[in-house]
This record gives sequence, C-alpha cells and structure tokens, in this order.
Amino acid sequence: MTRSWKTVLGLLFTAIMLFPVYWMLNVSFTRDSDMRADPPHVFPFHGTLEGYRAVLDQQLPYLGTSLLIGLGTVVLTLVLSAPAGYALAKLRPRGGGVLGFVLLVAQMIPGIIMAMGFYAIYLRAGLLNTVPGLILADSTIAVPFGVLIFTAFMAGIPDELLHAALIDGATRWRTFVSVVLPVSRNAVVTVSLFAFLWAWSDFVFATTLDGGGGLRPITLGIYQYIGNNNQQWNAIMATAVIASIPATLLLILAQRYVAAGVIAGAVKD
Amino acid sequence: MTAVPEIPEHTARSRPPAPSRAVTTAAPGRSTRTSRWQTRTAPWAFLAPVVIYLLAFYAYPLYRNLDLSLRHYTVRSFVRGDAPFSGLDNYRTVTGDPTFVPALLHTLVFTFASIAVQFALGMALAVFFAQNFRLSATLRALFLVPWLLPLIVSASTWSWMLNSDSGIVNAALGLVGAGPVNWLTSPDWALVSVIIANIWIGVPFNLVVLYSGLQTIPAQVYEAAALDGATGVQRFWRITFPLLKPVSAITLLLGLVYTLKVFDLIWIMTKGGPANASTTFATWSYQFSFGSLLPEFGPGAAVGNLLIVMALIAGLFYIRIQRRSVS
Repeated sequence: MTRSWKTVLGLLFTAIMLFPVYWMLNVSFTRDSDMRADPPHVFPFHGTLEGYRAVLDQQLPYLGTSLLIGLGTVVLTLVLSAPAGYALAKLRPRGGGVLGFVLLVAQMIPGIIMAMGFYAIYLRAGLLNTVPGLILADSTIAVPFGVLIFTAFMAGIPDELLHAALIDGATRWRTFVSVVLPVSRNAVVTVSLFAFLWAWSDFVFATTLDGGGGLRPITLGIYQYIGNNNQQWNAIMATAVIASIPATLLLILAQRYVAAGVIAGAVKD
Repeated sequence: MTAVPEIPEHTARSRPPAPSRAVTTAAPGRSTRTSRWQTRTAPWAFLAPVVIYLLAFYAYPLYRNLDLSLRHYTVRSFVRGDAPFSGLDNYRTVTGDPTFVPALLHTLVFTFASIAVQFALGMALAVFFAQNFRLSATLRALFLVPWLLPLIVSASTWSWMLNSDSGIVNAALGLVGAGPVNWLTSPDWALVSVIIANIWIGVPFNLVVLYSGLQTIPAQVYEAAALDGATGVQRFWRITFPLLKPVSAITLLLGLVYTLKVFDLIWIMTKGGPANASTTFATWSYQFSFGSLLPEFGPGAAVGNLLIVMALIAGLFYIRIQRRSVS
C-alpha cells in the first residue's frame, strides 16, 4: 500500500470517527421544520441560526457560571498542586512515596461517590448551590492529576539550576517562585488547561450539588433542555457546539504546549 | 473518563533522579543544625496544603459516605444528623434487591465490552497511524476530539443520532434494508446503545497511549524481522504485541478503572432505563440518592461503596503492574 493510499484511508477513518461531531454541527443549524425529515438532511441547506439565538437568549448566564467555575478550579488546582509537585520532585520528603500512592488511588474513586459525600457535608455547611462549593468539588478531579504532572515535570529540572539559586542566598520559597515556576511554564499550562476543561465539562458534581440554585453551569443548561422534553434539538445542539469550544481550543493549544523540551533551553542560558 | 493520555508516561517517569543532599550543605552561612531541620520540614511546608486538602476533600467525603451506608437515614434524620446506626442493613437491602443482579451484570458487561472493543480498535488504529504517512500527526490529533468533548455533549449528540424516528442511525440502517431499532427505548438495545457511545469516547485514549507505546519499540527490531521475511501479521503478533504488553496492561487497567466510574453518559442517554435495562452500579447508586423525591441515602451509599471496592481492586492491579514496569 502506497503512502498516499494510507493518507486516504486515514482521512476515511477520521471522517467516520468525527461523524457525530459533524452531526452535532449539522443539527445545530437545522430548521425546526426539517428536524423530523425522513430521511434526515445530511446538510443544513436551509440553515438557520435560531438554535444559536436561543442559546444567546437563555444560556448566557450558564456559560458565565461555567467560566467562573472553570477559572476558580484552575487557580485552586495550581495553588495546591505546584508546590506539592516541587516538594515531591526535588525536596525528597519522608513519606513522599506514600503520598504519591494516595494520589494515584484518589484518581480511581468514582465521582458519583465523592458527590454523595460532598452532598452530605455541603447540606450542613450551606455550600449547596454555590459557586465556591462547586469549585472545591471540581478541583478534586484535577488536583491529583496536577500533582502527578508537576512532579514528573519538575523532576526533569536540573539540580544545578536550583543549587545556583541557593548559593545566591535564595530561600526555598524564593527558588520555587522565581526559578522553578517560570521554568515549569509548560506544566502550568497543561495542568491549567485540563483543570479548566474538566471543571467546564463536569456533570456529576453539578447535578448533585447544584441542582436547585440560580447559578448553574452550562452542562446543566443542556441537561435541562433535554429533560424538559424540549424538542428544539437545534437549540440543544447549538448549546453543545458552544460547550465544545474549550475542548477545541485545548486541542490546538495543548499540541503546542505539552512538549516538554523547554527545560534543555533553560539550562543552556 | 478523567485522565490524560500522558498519565502512564509521566507517572512512569515520576521518580526523581539521584538525591540532591548537596543542596542544603551548599547553602553558605547556615549551621548544620538548621539545615537538617530545614531538610526535614521544608518539603512538608510545600506539601501541607495538599495534605490538608486530601484529608478534607477526599478522606472526609469518603468517610461520610461510609457513615451514610451504615446508618438508617430518612430525609429528616439526614438533615439533623441523628440517624441510628444500622450496621450492614443497607448492604443487605441492596444485595437482596431484585435490581442487584441485573445491575451487577450490566456493570460487568458495560465495562468489559467497552474496554475490549476500545482496546482492539485503539490498537488497530495505533498500528495504522504509526506508519507515519502524510497528515498522520494531524489526523491523530483530530481523533482526540471525542475524548475531549464534555460528556453531556457526546451523550446528547448520540441520543439524537440514535433517536428511533428521526435518528441518522436508523435512517442509515433503512438504506441497507435493516428495520428501525428502538435504540434507547427498547430494553434489548438500551445497554448496547450506551456501550456504543462509550466506545466512541474511549477509543482516542487507547489510541494515544498505545501509539506512544509503539514509539518506544526500536525500528531495528522490525528491520531484522523484515530481513528474516516476516509478514505484517507475523510482525504484529510476534513483535508488536509481546513488546507492547506492559503498555497494554496499563491501558486496559486504566480503562477498567475509568469505565467502572461512568455515570454521566448512561444517565443522560437512558437514565438507566427502560425498566433498569441499562442500570449499572453507578446509575443505581445515583438513583437511590438523588433519582426520586424520596432519597434513600443509605442504600445509595452502600452501592457506591461496592463500586469503590471494584475500582480499588482494579486500581491495585494497575499500581502493581506500573511499579513492575518502572523497576
């Protein structure tokens, strides 16, 4: 098989894989009157923006809440996991191995079970239906991952770099803030992107901990559309398209950032 | 569903290199006593936030969940927190429930069918993309899209595609003369439908991890095999497959852990129905605690804890295999 045939085959596989994504876009532009057409229209020839108009009318506050929760989760995750990653990678604490093990196990606990525990706690603490409550809960998805990524990345920072800072009289905290963090920019970006994406996509915590509040994330906005037996599928799919924007951006950005080659350059200078 | 393909590689490399004891002695103008104190405590100053966090937001909710499963809760006692201790009653209620056996079976079928097909497709695609044709890298990146989309997006898109009357899937089946299938509304097909959607979401993860595993196999091994006249099929079964065993084991076990957890997808597509035909432990647990106007937190927590046990068994296997491949 020649190389160009492989490319054709690859394109075909990708097209099949991404068909549901295309279908989401297609339905989001389809008129209500064409929605039940038999057979379904494979292209929205009489395209409409009414779905997107409905999103702008009804879903903007949800998008705002999701954005806020996503950013809050990113900040909390970074603040907790970057120092921990530094300590585990470079300061060789006693009991660090146990902590690493606990973090691995923590990733395996089903979210629905965490949600039930959080519900029981939040009910008494009055944190149900609040943005900070949801940020805390969402961060549990990202913090163990963040520590693991920071540990792996910071283990690659050459010790000479840290020695130099210590010899210049910098404290460990200073070294961390002015040497380790700037060098770890790629890890910061990677952890931030995924923390944001997971908080943005979260449905389990939102539906259990934020079922009755006024400030709800976009995942619940879509869910409500479906739950109300709303037959406006163009609006549902338009919301879905907009909810997919962060994932799409991540795909473009992560490709640039995940590569961890910057360290080598930092030492040469 | 909450992981990144980088995890196995990163954690495999996460052991720090040689110890750096020299750091503290190199600091000038400090007595050895303070240095030693610093080496011991400084790391924990950096780790304290995460440790407190883990205790407050992992250990405590888990403890609360265990506590829920061991008490007899009503809505009133749930709010007031004075529910009487009832031992293993909730677990007895749950295992005696007529839904228990179907839910267990669905959990197992959903998990194993999903990861078997995801792994097979992921492996085939990884081998295909490893041939480095033009656009291979771009197409591989595009394959990640299903995995990155919010689950609610994938689930609602599949719901509409599988709609009995207006879905594209039935329309396509009609073209080849196959009768319409009530994907989400018939008890015979509901579980199959959610498995199909879950496979679609999981293939990218398998592809990426297995692809990165393939990159570590030296090209010379294949060249030698080609010189010896090995066919493509032989090369896969005699070289690729055996050399990829550690990576495969980790991929499968991570898949197991993540698939056991799946709740959103099933709940959004079928709510575990019709007539519990697609109920798994995850949705059943949610159904108990949040699915009706009269929540039954005790049994809900009990089902959840059974699910944790299943996930942890899979998790411990994962950690054992990973440790072995590191050393």
